[in-house]
Amino acid sequence: MNNFQIAIVGGGVIGSAIARELSKYKLNVIVFEMGSDVASGASKANSGVVHSGINSAHGSLKARFCVEGNKMFQSLADELSFPLLWIGKFVIAKNEEEKKELKRLKNVGIKNKVPGLEIINGAEVKKKEPNISCAEALWVPTAGITLPYQFTIALAENSAENGIKFLLETTVTGIKRQKDHFLIETNKGNFKSEIVINAAGLNCREIVAMLEEPDFKVYPCRGEYLVLDKNYRSLINSMIYPVPVEELGVLGVHVTPTIEGNILLGPSAEFIDDPNDKKTTKETMKSLFLEAKEIIPSLPDKAVINTYSGIRCKLASSEEGGWADYRIEESKNTPGLIKLLGIESPGLTAAPAIAKEVVNIVSRSIELNQKDNFKSKSNKRKRFSEMSTEKQSAMIKKDKRWGRIVCRCEHVTEAEVIETLSNPLGAQTLSSVKYRCRAGMGRCQGGFCTQHIVRIMEKHFGIGVKNMKLKSPDSKLFCGRSRGKQGD
Amino acid sequence: MVDLGGSKVIEKTVDVAVIGGGPAGLAAAVSAKKSGAKDVVILERNSWLGGILPQCIHDGFGVEETGVSMTGPEYAEKYVEEVERLGIQVLKETMVLSFDKKRKITAVNKKGMHKIDAKTIVLAMGCREKTRWNVMIPGDRPSGIYTAGVAQAFINLYNIMPGKNVLILGSGNVGLIMARRLKLEGANVLGVVEILPYPSGLPRNVVQCLDDYDIPLFLSHTVTSIEGKGRLKQVTVAQVDEKMVPISETEKRIECDTLLLSVGLNPENELTKGAGIKIDDLTDGPIVNQDLETTMPGLFACGNCLQVYDAVDLLSIDAKRAGKRATEYISSQKVEKDIWKKAKQPIAQIVAGSGVRYVVPQRISKCGEVQLTLRAKKPTGASKLYVNSQDKTIFEKKLRWANPANMIRVNVPIEKATSMQTLEVTLDGC
Repeated sequence: MNNFQIAIVGGGVIGSAIARELSKYKLNVIVFEMGSDVASGASKANSGVVHSGINSAHGSLKARFCVEGNKMFQSLADELSFPLLWIGKFVIAKNEEEKKELKRLKNVGIKNKVPGLEIINGAEVKKKEPNISCAEALWVPTAGITLPYQFTIALAENSAENGIKFLLETTVTGIKRQKDHFLIETNKGNFKSEIVINAAGLNCREIVAMLEEPDFKVYPCRGEYLVLDKNYRSLINSMIYPVPVEELGVLGVHVTPTIEGNILLGPSAEFIDDPNDKKTTKETMKSLFLEAKEIIPSLPDKAVINTYSGIRCKLASSEEGGWADYRIEESKNTPGLIKLLGIESPGLTAAPAIAKEVVNIVSRSIELNQKDNFKSKSNKRKRFSEMSTEKQSAMIKKDKRWGRIVCRCEHVTEAEVIETLSNPLGAQTLSSVKYRCRAGMGRCQGGFCTQHIVRIMEKHFGIGVKNMKLKSPDSKLFCGRSRGKQGD
Repeated sequence: MVDLGGSKVIEKTVDVAVIGGGPAGLAAAVSAKKSGAKDVVILERNSWLGGILPQCIHDGFGVEETGVSMTGPEYAEKYVEEVERLGIQVLKETMVLSFDKKRKITAVNKKGMHKIDAKTIVLAMGCREKTRWNVMIPGDRPSGIYTAGVAQAFINLYNIMPGKNVLILGSGNVGLIMARRLKLEGANVLGVVEILPYPSGLPRNVVQCLDDYDIPLFLSHTVTSIEGKGRLKQVTVAQVDEKMVPISETEKRIECDTLLLSVGLNPENELTKGAGIKIDDLTDGPIVNQDLETTMPGLFACGNCLQVYDAVDLLSIDAKRAGKRATEYISSQKVEKDIWKKAKQPIAQIVAGSGVRYVVPQRISKCGEVQLTLRAKKPTGASKLYVNSQDKTIFEKKLRWANPANMIRVNVPIEKATSMQTLEVTLDGC
C-alpha cells in the first residue's frame, strides 16, 4: 500500500506542477504536504504575476524557466480554467540614471528572448496610465496576472483526478536511503519510494539534511503586501514596477492589479531568522504605502483594506547580494533524490517549465509510459455569480442548493460550498473554501457566511466542531460546545 | 447538458417589497400593510425572520417602544406573529441580487430566480460588523479572531464555544454584551480594550456587563499586534496618546486564545449603491428626506442600513414611518402624479456642523415638522443643540448631556423655505 515510485515533498506550486506533469504517465506518485491544503506557503502569498523573464540574468536557470514557463501559461489556463490576464507591465524610470537601467533591462530581455519589449516616453505612458508620471518606461506585453492559489489548486486537483495521491497535514520527519528505495517517515506513517523530489520550499534544507550534508543555506526573506479596496482598481491598467533595486535581488515595491479587482502594493524585502514568521508590521505597512505613493501620487490613505506577507526562499544572504540562481538537480551523493532549491520569484511562472525539467530527470532512472486516459481538462464550471439568469434558474431546478446563497458578499451558493468541500485533495478548512469558491473573501470577511459554512461542514461532512480549522493543522476554530452537547 | 427548457424565471408584482426581514424590515412591512398596502412581501436571506434578534438572548428590548422588557427572540416573535396575522408574504432564504431604477428586483431562492416588480421598495438590509482589516491590526493571521456578533451567533444559536481566554477590542454594545455572555459561559474574559477615552457602548451596558462582573475596561488603549501561527497565542496592547497613536513604552503582551472585535458597524448598502442611489459619507447609508425616501423616488430606507441605531425600539418606530410613507407613495402616485413629483424636489439640505457627527435626514422636500436623528462627536455635559439657516438660528434645544453612544432625536418645525437652503445642525457644550 505504502510503496510508491515517486514521492514529492511539498504541495506548493512547484510540487503541484511536478505532480500534474507526472500524472500524465503510468506512475505511482504521492505528495506530502504539511499544511492543511496545497499552496499554503509562498505559493499563496505573492504578487500573482506571470513574469516575462526580463529580470533574470541571461543564461541563468531563472531566466530559462521563467521564459519557458510564461509560454506554457495560456494553454494551462485553458485546460485547467484558472484565471489569467495578459495585462502587461511598465517598468518606469524617473531620471537619467534609471533610463539607463531600462535599456539594460531591455537588453537582458532581448537576450532572454522576451518578445515585444518597447521603451516609450512619459507622455505615451500617461495616455495609457493617466495616474503615472515618469520620464520613460519599458513596456513588457508578455507579463500577466493570475490567482496563484487557484493556479496551484488547479494543478493539484487535476493531478489528483489523474491518480496522484495527496496526503495533507503530513510532515516528513525523516528519510532514510535503503538498498533500492527511500524509507520516508511521516506523522501519518512510513512510506517507501524509489525517488524523492524535494519541493519543500523554505524547508528544502531540512529535507536534504535528512539524507546528506547540505552544501547550501536558506535565507528567508519576508515580503509584506498591502491590498487596496476594489473601488480603486481603476487607478492603473497594467502592472507598474520601479527599476529593480540592485542590493537585495528583488524587484522592488510595485503596484499590481489582481484578478479579483484589487490592487497590491509590495512586496517589502526583509531577511528574517524564522522562516515561519509571516507577520505584517506597522512600520512596513507605512513604508510600503509611501513607496507606492512614489509610483501613484494620488493614492488615498483609506484605500488599504488588508495586508499579508509571504516568505521568499533565498540561497544568498543579504551580504552576498541576495541573488542566487535556482538549483534543480539530482543529488550526486544520494542518487534518486531530486533537489529543487531556492525556488523564489519567478517561481510561480517557472513552475510548469521546472516540472518538465524534473520529468526529464526522472526519465533517466524510471521508464515513462504515457497514460491513455489522462484527463487534461478540469471540469470547472462557472461560478453562480457569473452565470446568466437562465443558467442560474436551470441549476436551481436541478439542485435547489444552487438557490441558497451562503456568502452574501460574493454570492456563493450552498451547492458551490459543498462541491468545494468535496475537492479531490480532501482539503476542508475554511481557507480551502475561501480560496476555491470565494466564500468569505468579500467585505465582511466571513462575518455572515462562517456560521453557514460551519454548519455545512458539520451536517454534510461530519466534521466535529473541535476539528474545524481556519487554515492549518493547529488553527482550530473552536474549543468545543458551550452547553449541553459536551461530547463533541 | 443542462436543459434550459421549463426553468423559467419566476415573475411577480407587488405593492411594497421590503428587502430584509430583520427588526426594521418587519416593522416597515407591518406598518405598510396596516396603512393599506395590499401586497407586501418581505425578502429575507436567512432561514428565519428577526435578523440578529434571535441571537440576542439578553433582555431590555421593547422598553421604550412598548414599556415591556423582552429578550431579543421574544421581541422578534411579537413582530413575526403580527406579520403572519396580517397576511404579509414572506420569502425566506431569498437573496436579493440587485434592483434597478424601475424598482424591478432580481432575487434567488431554492425555488429559482425571481423578478419582482414593486411599486415601492423599502430597504432594510441592516449592517455588518467591521473586521480586523477595517482597523488594520498588524501581525499574524491566526484563528481565534471573531467579530463579537459572530461569536454571539456561535454561542447562542449553535452551542459552539469560540474560545476560553478572551480579550475584547472595542466597547461597542455587542462587545460589552459578549463580555458578560462569555463570562457566564465559563470563559476567562481578560478585559475590554477601547481606543477612545470613553466607552462606545451605552452606559447601562458598561455597568451591567462589565462592572457587575469585575471585567476590566481599558480606555485609551488599543491592540497593536497579533501573534499566533495557528491559533491566537497573544496580543500586544498599548495605551494611546490624545491623537490615538500608541505609546510604545506602554506596550504589554496579553496571552489569550480569542480576540473579539467590537469596533463598529457598517450599513450594508451594496444593493443601494448598485442601483445608483446616493450615499452619505458620514452615515454610509443612503441620503434620505424627511419621509425616509432615498434619492430614487419610491424607494425608502430604514433600520441599520440607513444609520446604525443603538437600540431596536427607536429603529422599529422609524421603520414603521418608512413603511407608512412607502404606502402613501403608492396612493399619491395614483391621485396626483405630477404634483407629487414636483413636491419631491428638495427645498433644503441638512448638514452636520460643529460637535455633530451626522444628521438624518440629509434633505427636506416639504415644510412642516421634521424629525432629526443625529449623534454627538464626543461626550459632553449640558449642551445646546442649534439648527441654523445661514446666520439665523431657527431652532434650539437644551440637552442635559450628550454622548455619541446615544442617538439624539429632535422634532424641528421647518417653515416656509422658498428656495434651496442649507440647515446646519450644531452642538455646543456649555
